[in-house]
Amino acid sequence: MDITGRKLFVKALQEEGVDTIFAYPGGMIIDIVDELYKTEGMHVVLPRHEQALVHEAEGYAKATGKVGVCLVTSGPGATNAITGIADAHYDSIPLVVFTGQVSQNLIGNDAFQEVDIVGMTRSITKYGVTVKDRKDLGRIIKMAFQIATSGKPGPVVIDIPKDIQTKSGSPDYPDHVDIRGYKPNETVHIGQLKKAFKMLRHAKRPLILAGGGVNIARAGDLLVEFAEKMQIPVVTTIMGKGAMPTDHVLYIGNSGMHGKYASNKAISECDVLFSIGTRFNDRITGDLNEFAPRAKIIHVDIDAASISRNVVVDVPITADARLALEKLAEYADEPMDTTKWMNQIMKWDDEYPLDMRRDRGLCPQIIMEEINKAFPEGIVVTDVGQHQMWATQYIDMPAGKKFITSGGLGTMGFGFPAAIGAKIGSPDKPVVCITGDGGFQMNMQEMAMAITEKLPLVVCIINNRYLGMVRQMQQIFYGKRYEITYLGKELDESGKCVAETEEPEYAPDFVKWAESYGAKGIRVTSVDEVGPALVEAAKATDAPVVIEFMIASEEIVLPMVKGGNPISEMILK
Amino acid sequence: MASKMKNRWIALYVENQVGVLAKVSGLFSGKSYNLQSLTVGTTEHEDVSRMTICVTSDDVTFEQIKKQLNCMVEVIKVMDLTDVPIHMKEILFAKIKKIDCLQKQEVYQIANVFDQGGSVEITDIGEDSILMECMLTERRNNELIALLKKQFKHVEVVRGGAVAIESISTSCR
Ligand SMILES: Cc1ncc(C[n+]2csc(CCOP(=O)(O)OP(=O)(O)O)c2C)c(N)n1
Ligand SMILES: [Mg+2]
Repeated sequence: MDITGRKLFVKALQEEGVDTIFAYPGGMIIDIVDELYKTEGMHVVLPRHEQALVHEAEGYAKATGKVGVCLVTSGPGATNAITGIADAHYDSIPLVVFTGQVSQNLIGNDAFQEVDIVGMTRSITKYGVTVKDRKDLGRIIKMAFQIATSGKPGPVVIDIPKDIQTKSGSPDYPDHVDIRGYKPNETVHIGQLKKAFKMLRHAKRPLILAGGGVNIARAGDLLVEFAEKMQIPVVTTIMGKGAMPTDHVLYIGNSGMHGKYASNKAISECDVLFSIGTRFNDRITGDLNEFAPRAKIIHVDIDAASISRNVVVDVPITADARLALEKLAEYADEPMDTTKWMNQIMKWDDEYPLDMRRDRGLCPQIIMEEINKAFPEGIVVTDVGQHQMWATQYIDMPAGKKFITSGGLGTMGFGFPAAIGAKIGSPDKPVVCITGDGGFQMNMQEMAMAITEKLPLVVCIINNRYLGMVRQMQQIFYGKRYEITYLGKELDESGKCVAETEEPEYAPDFVKWAESYGAKGIRVTSVDEVGPALVEAAKATDAPVVIEFMIASEEIVLPMVKGGNPISEMILK
Repeated sequence: MASKMKNRWIALYVENQVGVLAKVSGLFSGKSYNLQSLTVGTTEHEDVSRMTICVTSDDVTFEQIKKQLNCMVEVIKVMDLTDVPIHMKEILFAKIKKIDCLQKQEVYQIANVFDQGGSVEITDIGEDSILMECMLTERRNNELIALLKKQFKHVEVVRGGAVAIESISTSCR
């Protein structure tokens, strides 16, 4: 018996095992929404903005390893989702985003709320298509799930015109579809892998650089095993953080623009660099000519197009990180003698350890350390800015803990909704969001959803009254001209921000704001209040707690590599 | 280390669907690849189109272009024709205007000379103008245009972009 497109849509989700969908209604998806109403066992959550909706689905996907499913209406619903889709694209997060579309007889007319969303998102999706024929609906939805989750994961946009939703057609939903132009790599070239292993084995100063691909492939355990067996030290990218527990003896730290001195030094001095699951983004490499200048480079990545693009490598290996590490484990026989090399790295770390001045009141490092104590496990989610960098530097990652951040696109406004999505996906795990006073305001409306969904998550606003990351550049490279980075009210007669005022007026009052939603608000102004506030927040059971940490505006993130400089040239003080 | 910039050729099999051309051409503009020409038409299979693409790039960028094309779900096959024996032709119309009888003679002569290794025909003629239809390699067409522009003041040119196919010898191997 034939069924409507909207019925097939729901059936498809059920067969895909989807139990949570992030959806915001509108005229062009009202039919599907109505069908969801009649569906048992589907958690349909209502965010308050479509950008946040997509970030929530990203957080959910990251926390659960499942695909994040989004449903938005045509026109503004779809365009609002674009930033989230781009974020998922650059951080390889599996999403299926369904957009409503005007009926096909109206397409091309500049109809009300018509936009060419597939065209607009072409360069930030793994695949996108408008369903043109009811008979293709099942096949296309199946394709979307297959493509989003296999190979290098990513977002897929499926645009469904209103007439397709109501039209009758086959009730069948396929188990699998063959896509002739899509063959994700599911093997590893053994010859190349052996060559890589031999090269690594003969190194005097070997180093492993682990990127986000290791986390996506859930291959952290294998990475640790391999590094231990071979006694090779490990550095990570920001997206690779957590691939190896941060307290492991072989773990050095993050590398790159705000990486640890010892990590960047190790990259600059190693003789073989085994890199896995990273695309050698410019934030990692700095000046390409000076990146790992003494090293032969091995590069394992699932995406052939990421290999030898930025950094020309000696041994390219196109493979999934987990598969490659599984095979490598078979070769790993006896430990290499890396004592001298490790000692050298330790010495660098002793020379310039990660450490902040503690004489300016509430020091960000202390906040991060207290967060470590109050939340030893669970999920840490960050927004984008200085606070994000402090989190990447100082948050401890024991095995099993997750770190979720916007790395590729660096999307302010990501943190809070992503934390909400993570909590929805992992209700039993503590979720802490570390955010800035600027970025938090980009999606703070989601508090309404956190309240209605009764989510006890902890939001730590690192309040420096500034768009701190940009202010830091103004402070160091632009003569302290703090144009449009001050978030408060205080201005001098020329209309500029007053930088050094003692207690500048700022907006909003986050504590009152939180309370107005029915959430708890705590303001922390001194070091001894930090721990107790976090302990108090951890007790929450059915509503978010917002803690506002008042830090000095002058705090900066160090070390720092100026954009385009070699990573060995770090500003340390 | 950057290798030489040169023209390179790709034959691309893609799904014959709306949006695929936009996606492929969007890759070139989005990533600042130097696209010289792109033609597209259906093949013996009605659901498959074949594109002939010419880009100017160095080796590293060209490798990257091929990989990026391969990533696209709608791309079925990428073939590098750069160093393969191929047959290639481009259609070109050239209208030479405001010329006298003597100049018409000259056009005929030029047509005659260029008629080798392809075809050049005079397909239309008027009181003071002539239309040439040429089926030559891209480079030969370039040379012809250069010559026409040097000899005559009013030349209107329409080019179709090249299409290419592997020689029998290679596709049989
Ligand atoms: C959507 C968006 N707009 C602008 C930027 C540029 N940007 C990067 S960090 C930053 C400042 C963030 O300020 P805040 O959230 O207060 O964090 P802080 O750096 O002060 O810790 C800005 C403006 C961005 N990354 N994303
Ligand atoms: Mg700030």
